[in-house]
Formats: sequence, C-alpha cells, structure tokens
Amino acid sequence: MDSIQKKLLEEVAGLHEVPQGAYSLRINGSLHGKNSSENIEIVQKTDKPGIDIYIKPGTKNESLHIPVILSQSGLRELVYNDFHVGEDCDVTIVAGCGIHNGGSEASEHSGVHSFFVGKNAKIKYVEKHYGQGDGNGENIMNPTTYVELEENAYMEMETVQIKGVDSTYRKTSAKVSKNATLVVHEKIMTHGKQVADTEFEVELNGENSGTHVVSRAVARDASKQKFLSKITGNNKCSGHTECDAIIMDDATVAAIPEILAVNPDASLIHEAAIGKIAGEQLIKLMTLGLSEKEAEEEIVNGFLR
Amino acid sequence: MLQFKDVSFVVGDKAILKNINLEIDDRFVAITGPNGSGKSTLAKLIAGINMPTSGRIYMDGVDITDLSITERANAGISFAFQQPVRFKGITVKDLISLAAGKKTSVAEACSYLSEVGLCAKDYVNREVDGSLSGGELKRIEIAMINARGTKLSVFDEPEAGIDLWSFNNLIKVFENMYERTRGTIIIISHQERILNIADKIVVLANGEVADYGKREDVFPKLMDVRSGCYFTKNNA
Repeated sequence: MDSIQKKLLEEVAGLHEVPQGAYSLRINGSLHGKNSSENIEIVQKTDKPGIDIYIKPGTKNESLHIPVILSQSGLRELVYNDFHVGEDCDVTIVAGCGIHNGGSEASEHSGVHSFFVGKNAKIKYVEKHYGQGDGNGENIMNPTTYVELEENAYMEMETVQIKGVDSTYRKTSAKVSKNATLVVHEKIMTHGKQVADTEFEVELNGENSGTHVVSRAVARDASKQKFLSKITGNNKCSGHTECDAIIMDDATVAAIPEILAVNPDASLIHEAAIGKIAGEQLIKLMTLGLSEKEAEEEIVNGFLR
Repeated sequence: MLQFKDVSFVVGDKAILKNINLEIDDRFVAITGPNGSGKSTLAKLIAGINMPTSGRIYMDGVDITDLSITERANAGISFAFQQPVRFKGITVKDLISLAAGKKTSVAEACSYLSEVGLCAKDYVNREVDGSLSGGELKRIEIAMINARGTKLSVFDEPEAGIDLWSFNNLIKVFENMYERTRGTIIIISHQERILNIADKIVVLANGEVADYGKREDVFPKLMDVRSGCYFTKNNA
C-alpha cells in the first residue's frame, strides 16, 4: 500500500495496516488480501466480483473489516458482498470505501451488500464513505444494502459520508421478522455541487418487529440532498423515521417520509425537520468568544457527531 | 468599569430604552423592574447582541459600542441567557471547554458542574439538548460563565427555574465567582434574596432608569408596598 491508500484506509476503517482477524481488502478493483478466521469464512465469488462471508452460529465479540480503496482515477466497479450471519452471533462488521481521484475521469464504486441475519443474532454494521483528490474527476459511490432479519435478530447500521463524495445514490431495504429490530443512523454532509440521494425501505413483517431510521444531514454550498424513507407495518410493530437536516448557503434538501400501516396494531411515526442553524445557537457560542464561522463549525460538527 | 452614556434602543417607533446613563463599578449590581421595562434589552446591549440606536457604551474607559459579540466576549464580557440554548450533539463538556477557551479535563469540567449543584459524572457527557430540563440548562449556563471567569459577567434572571434548595448555593456561586475574578457581576432579577446581596440596585421602568443607588437606599423603597406601586409612582 502507498501513503495515499494508507490514508484512505485510515479514513474509512480507522486502520493503519491490514487488520487482525477476518478481513478482505479490495484495492483498485481487485482483491488485495483476505483472511478468514476460525469463525468467519470469506470466499471469493466466482460468477461476479465480490465475496461471500459466512459467520458461524454462536460467534461472539468478533469483528470483520472489508474496506475498499480506489486510488486509480477513472476506475468503475460493481461489487457484490453477501453476509450470512449464523444464529446467536454478536459481531461487528466495518465496511467503507475511500476514493482518491487525482485525475479527470470519474471514479466509481458501487457495492451491493446483502445481509442474511439468523435468529437471535446481533450485528453492528459500520459503513464510511470518503473521497479526496485534486483532479477534476468525480468521486461516485452508490451503496446498496439489503437486509433480512430473522426472528429476534438485531442489526444496527451506522452509515457516514462526511467528505469528498460528489455523487451518491444510497439505497437500503430491509425485511424484519418477529421480535427483530433494525436501527439505522445515517450521517451525511455534502458541499460544493455534490448530490446525495438516500432511500430507505423497511418492511416490518413480524409481530413486535421494529425499526428506527434516523438521518442527520448537513447540506452546504450548492449541494443537493434527497432523503426518502418508507416504512411499511404489516404486523403489530413499531416504526420510527426521523430526518433532521441543517441547510446552509444555496443548498437544497428534500425529505420524503412515507409510513404505511397495513395492520391496525402497527404504530408508525415519521418526523422531518429542515432548517438553517438557529441564530440563538450562533449567538450563544459567540458570547463564549467564538467567531461566527467557528460557531457554525462547532454546531455542524456536534450535529454530525 | 461599565458606563452607559445616553444610550437608547428603539425598535420601529417604540423606544425600549431611553437615554440610559449609568456607571457600574461595584461587585454585585442588580437590575430590577417590571416586565417589559427593558432589563433584558439592557443586558443584550452589554453583550453586543443588540446595538444601541444612539449613545455609547464604555468598559474600563474604552468605547466598546461598535464591538461585535465575539469581540466583547474576548474583551472580558460574559452573558448568561435567560433562556439557555439547546444544541444537538454538543455535550456539556464541549460547552464548558468552549467557555474556558481550552480543552478542559473531565476533572475541571466536574468542578464547575459541582459548584452549580449538578452531579458531574451524570452530566459531563450529556448532550445539551431537549433531554435536559430547564433548571438543568440554567445551571449549565451558569457553569459556563464560571468557566469563562471574565471581569464582567451578566446574568439574565439566573434564578428562574431553579428550585428553592439551590437559592443559597446560587448566591454562593456568585460570591465565589467574585473571589476569583474580582470583577463586576450584574444580575437581572426580581428576587428579593438576590437583590439583598447587591451592592447597588438599578430600577428600570418603561425603558428608563427610575432609580439607582446603594441597596440600603433602594431596597426598602421597593419593598414598601404600602405606598403603592413604586415603579409607576416614580414614573408618573
């Protein structure tokens, strides 16, 4: 790995070197290295780019890292990663994509991640997207996430895109069974002329299934964001979706929450708020000695923390 | 210390403050008066949140009228809001660090919080958002002013929303603050017990200084209900 690739790896996965335990590291369109552990098996797909990950039932307190790095300008790839999480597992999966584009052609990474989470399993899935580079080429990332949660399973998904991604279309869809819960925290900041479209679609199919889909977004400069969140309650269930956005400069933000109750015992809530930074927040921090600009940064950083 | 020279603040055709002339140079100065008399506006003029329509404001002989909020803060003015502001994602410790102007350790943040009667370990990492009660926010607001430790501190109704138990503590907080800063503490209040610790009391009515003097001279007049409404009488 060169220094640019190392920096990208640190940004998206918090790693300085190849990680301990199970991992798969993809650099510039090909598998750079992978390591299975006793309980987590990583198998390269033969019919299309990507990997299958098998996590043995009962695997606890283990983590898996699957970062993707693109530092070659103009590279476009589509990767399929399937996660088969056995029953009673408790694991953390860290994914993420970092692009450095120093050229004039667009670089694009599209990852399709499918999660099949067994009964009583608990997973935390962290996904970070980051772009950089001094060229004119665009950094494009289009992550698609598909989730199936079996009975009593729990999945927490944390998805973060703070910097440098010019265009993104993020689609997450999920089917949630009895007593299972899906929690999503999305944090996104766009600047310049960036465009970010996010779509969540959650079907609450089992009795006492639940979901929280929470998005915090900051749109600066002339960037554009669209947040669409749809929750369908097909059973006795509880669903909550919330979009909270700070809008600055000439940016635009659209929030489209949709809740559909098919069962009379479905309890669904949506909340959406878009607004600029409250004047009184700026004033408070300025009375502590911060300039208006510094106050703005503090408020945005806190909001996206 | 702080001087108002013919300061007026007019919004549209309504004069909120009219020709205020004041010299404030004591440890504790209370500003009192009925609702709508212009107390909070006066405090905001000191902090630079409102700018006077006419007149000048001086601190230690320096004209600060045209200084921004930030410049005044850095010149040594602190202001505790009547209604503290909430922030999503910013923690109590973050705000105290910002107030102190440096990264504060947990121990330091805790000492400021303990002083205002908050069990520090429960609060230091809490977000300053809607999950905190009005009274808790009020105390955190005071802790921030304490962390700043500037020569001039202005409190806009600090006792509002704070339960009776903490009243004496609140007064102790002001006394300790003075011991540390040796500056001036201005407190806007209706509370007898706070007026009682003031060296001087300013009485505002209808945007004007109706009375200003030593506590022992002004306080009895405020408390003498038998002679009718002090504010309107003086203003008639």
